Amino acid sequence: MSTLAIRDLHVTVETDQGTKEILRGVDLTIKTGEIHAIMGPNGSGKSTLAYTIAGHPKYTVTQGTIELDGEDVLSLTVDERARRGLFLAMQYPVEIPGVTNTNFLRTAKTAIDGESPSIRSWTKDVKTAMSNLKMDSSFASRNVNEGFSGGEKKRNEILQLELLKPKFAVLDETDSGLDIDALKIVSEGVNRAHDNTNLGVLLITHYTRILRYIKPDFVHVFVAGRVAEEGGPELAEQLEEEGYVRFVSEGEADTDAVLTDDETASVG
Amino acid sequence: MTITETEPKFIPVQTRSERFKSSDVTDFPAVTGREVEWRYTPAAPINDLVDNGLNGAHYEYTLTDVDGVSARWIAMHDDLVARAGLPEDRASAAAWSGTQEALLLTLDGELDREVVLTRDGLGAEARAAHTVVRAMPNTVATLILRNSGQAKLAENIEFIVEDGARLTVVTVQEWDDDALHIATHFAQVQRDATLKHISVTLGGRLVRLNPSIHLAGAGAGTELFGAYFSDSGQHIEHQVYVFHDAPHQRSRVTYKGALQGKSAHTVWIGDVLIGQNAVGTDSYEQNRNLVLTEGAQADSVPNLEIEIGDIVGAGHASATGRFDDEQLFYLQSRGITEDEARRLVVRGFLVEIVQQIRSPELEEHLQAAIEAELATTADGGAR
Ligand SMILES: Nc1ncnc2c1ncn2[C@@H]1O[C@H](COP(=O)(O)OP(=O)(O)OP(=O)(O)O)[C@@H](O)[C@H]1O
Ligand SMILES: [Mg+2]
Repeated sequence: MSTLAIRDLHVTVETDQGTKEILRGVDLTIKTGEIHAIMGPNGSGKSTLAYTIAGHPKYTVTQGTIELDGEDVLSLTVDERARRGLFLAMQYPVEIPGVTNTNFLRTAKTAIDGESPSIRSWTKDVKTAMSNLKMDSSFASRNVNEGFSGGEKKRNEILQLELLKPKFAVLDETDSGLDIDALKIVSEGVNRAHDNTNLGVLLITHYTRILRYIKPDFVHVFVAGRVAEEGGPELAEQLEEEGYVRFVSEGEADTDAVLTDDETASVG
Repeated sequence: MTITETEPKFIPVQTRSERFKSSDVTDFPAVTGREVEWRYTPAAPINDLVDNGLNGAHYEYTLTDVDGVSARWIAMHDDLVARAGLPEDRASAAAWSGTQEALLLTLDGELDREVVLTRDGLGAEARAAHTVVRAMPNTVATLILRNSGQAKLAENIEFIVEDGARLTVVTVQEWDDDALHIATHFAQVQRDATLKHISVTLGGRLVRLNPSIHLAGAGAGTELFGAYFSDSGQHIEHQVYVFHDAPHQRSRVTYKGALQGKSAHTVWIGDVLIGQNAVGTDSYEQNRNLVLTEGAQADSVPNLEIEIGDIVGAGHASATGRFDDEQLFYLQSRGITEDEARRLVVRGFLVEIVQQIRSPELEEHLQAAIEAELATTADGGAR
């Protein structure tokens, strides 16, 4: 069993107006096999947390630690973190010109395993994973994410999740922009990874709908750069009813309102 | 990624068809850098190459021994010289005026092996050269031109592709870092003949290689490919011209370039002229550039002139994309190291062109050379 432990994490970002502190003391511990949902208003720092775990150079950790089974994650490069078993499904997956998905997936798999996968079983694995996610085989020969629709990009993230088999996955709004069927397909992919490899999941979302498919063990309310409250699945229901009003203090009252669940279905 | 797609736009019939031609360098005014054909080229390094007084003696070469291939020197007033075209710029004219004799390569029959012409001992002296390659009727041949070592060369190469011949030309520029090379490749493609022309440029301080293809015969076709990698201080330029001049012709132009390092500069100008005789033309040209680091510049200018309405298709595209930090982060977040990420992107980007060569040995060599280019710049700290 593995543990990803985040303690007292403070993170800043450089802006035109100077250094801005976004995470202000995050504490969160995830064990393999656990599913944690993080919900919170726009701008509260959820993506910042996700990127900081993955090691995005834009974010500076000023205080606190992230450890994976006792190893200091913050001193590792981005690719080292991935090779240790951390995965980030991005809110906005990046297009890579000139690199086909097939080539990319094989290169990533080789990097993570430290050896190239056997051609026959790998080809089969990719095919199976794609068909499970209802991705047309043409996506294999297309350049990574290039010209993919929003929903197709999200599926491509989960395809990587299933093939790379990390220990922990941070899913940053993987459900946003998915139609109703796609939401189900993608959720099944996450559940498969969870069931097959005992994946630990940190699921960032604005909507309780995905939590009907991916059942969280824990729900964290994220406000103004820290975890404001924690609970079980019932906390998500409660947020759905009440919104974040009672968590948002005067200072943060200007954060954008959160869309209601109904508005997701229409998003491309 | 920032992509700028140029939608096909039709530039009114203008200069290209009426551009001045002469083989005499004194007919061209001194290069000022304001001329359409010189506006992107740095003037200072090429001063010597656009003037009289180039060394025009026979150049040294080695040629693989293949049945059906012969080579000899011919006079510049030979009937075979100037069949494929005449200079449209001063460097080409300087090369023409400065050359004493032209090397004539005749390719005849269905050659069972590729013909390799190697030039690796040209030296640092400013010189001129003229080469005529003639593929006899119905010949099927692949000619590989391998250029390396020192060079300060202005030259013209003519390709005469006779009726029904299928000629593949691969020209590889792996010159030394300080080499200067200005070349015009004229081609005349006759009835039902095809020319596949692939240019790969990796080395040289300044390489300007302008393929100028006259599709003269009905049913003639051409495919032009280019792959180039420009790093710090390197200028690589291609001015591609395809002239459709008879019915039912097809042309495809695909050039791809990668740029890395400060002041890496590439220029691609693609002119396609569909003339009054070119009923049923099918033409498409595109240029894609991948900018790997800040400070590099890719200029890309497609032009299409159409003098006839009855064509199958004509289009062009030009796109310049950046390999940026977000892409690097994305690949690294999947376990791929930074160096591997760059290699992956550049190799993936250029492989489409290199694959066209269909010579496994050369393809492998070039893939390795491209990766070496990436490594050199990484070590040089130019990123
Ligand atoms: N590079 C940056 N420059 C300026 N501000 C930034 C930068 N990166 C993040 N921020 C700010 O940090 C705050 C947190 O952003 P973050 O993307 O982590 O929020 P989030 O909780 O993921 O929001 P959402 O629900 O909208 O995805 C926001 O106010 C954002 O504007
Ligand atoms: Mg976010």
